[in-house]
Amino acid sequence: MHELSLAGGILQVVEDAAAREAFARVLQLRLEVGKLAGVELQALRFALEAIAPGTLLEGAEVLIDEPPGRAWCMGCSTAVEIGQRGDACPACGGHWLTPQGGDALRVVDMQVA
Amino acid sequence: MCVVCGCNSKGEAAPAHPTPAAGGAVVDAHTGDLHFGAGAARVSVPGLSESRAIRIEQDVLGANNQVAQQNRAHFHAHGVRALNLVSSPGSGKTTLLCATIRAMQQQHPELPLAVIEGDQQTSHDADRIRATGAPAIQVNTGKGCHLDAPMVAQAFARLALHDHAHEHGHHHHDHGHGHHHHPHSLLFIENVGNLVCPALWDLGEDAKVVILSVTEGEDKPLKYPDMFAAAQLMLLTKTDLLPHLSFDVQSCVDYARRVNPGIRILQLSATTGEGMNAWIDWLLHPDAIEPTSVQTRIAQLEAELARLKAGQG
Repeated sequence: MHELSLAGGILQVVEDAAAREAFARVLQLRLEVGKLAGVELQALRFALEAIAPGTLLEGAEVLIDEPPGRAWCMGCSTAVEIGQRGDACPACGGHWLTPQGGDALRVVDMQVA
Repeated sequence: MCVVCGCNSKGEAAPAHPTPAAGGAVVDAHTGDLHFGAGAARVSVPGLSESRAIRIEQDVLGANNQVAQQNRAHFHAHGVRALNLVSSPGSGKTTLLCATIRAMQQQHPELPLAVIEGDQQTSHDADRIRATGAPAIQVNTGKGCHLDAPMVAQAFARLALHDHAHEHGHHHHDHGHGHHHHPHSLLFIENVGNLVCPALWDLGEDAKVVILSVTEGEDKPLKYPDMFAAAQLMLLTKTDLLPHLSFDVQSCVDYARRVNPGIRILQLSATTGEGMNAWIDWLLHPDAIEPTSVQTRIAQLEAELARLKAGQG
């Protein structure tokens, strides 16, 4: 259940931004959680709801972008899209894949007041 | 003087070391073990302004990764090769570590080594390590399911590996890199038994080593792909039990390579000692294992690329 730690990390990013930009409340928070980021979205949402009360995130709407996993196939030298780690290359069926994107976990932007 | 950790100076990257009990940990006065998990709730900073959009684009794990990079620089400055050992609970990490330490003490008695033991609670594992004569610090995470980089920074500051290098005036600091080939000491970080969460947290290690015992399922690499993707080496352990089990080694190897084509794989038994020498060799010379087929393929592609570039030039 590392999503609770990640929610704490998200709150930290938000609070650091608040210290720089002086705002009291987050209305909307947009996250990017790649398909290969190793994060369970439902657990992350639950964790964010759990830590929000009494913080800047209380009542904030959380939007989560979920970019697909991208990988480079060393077998057929093609850039491909994969749903999860361990998937075969959709072009050649091999497993010589190196993830190249969709593995990020980031706070993208927020609407604040 | 240590420019990385700032021991004798006001270095900005000082990971809290000569100071006792930083970062919310309770320190055991007798053993120096660290107990996390009692941290106070964060207090938000209120301010006033109108609704507006703020672009952030910040990695959620950025704060951890920054400390991890400091740890990495710190380890290298001290000539320490650090390994982050990850597995499910009960895979035999501590038993393997004890056997590894005993083998090292026999074969390479000159090489200092130390252990950071991560668990939610108790100091049983650190006690087992200390019984071998190697220094160990237990880090209890409380309810935490993984070690993070600041915990490791604090624990390392309390270890003899760190003091040892300082007493000798940091003569390795000039090197900076290249410790992979000739580590001056080994630091084993035994993570909390968990095949999910520790995959995401960089501790500043040189490599993650994932341990899978043959009493588990051979499909674990597919079930927990993030961990096997993050590891450089997979140790398949308890191989002395294979005759009694239906564990399919080849399938396990294939599954691991599906999620991580470049992963190195060694098989061993800490009980019988079979395969231990290859593991010891890897610890001292990580590049000595034969390249996997994928690494060979990478070399081919790189050569091809170099030829193409040369053709263009």
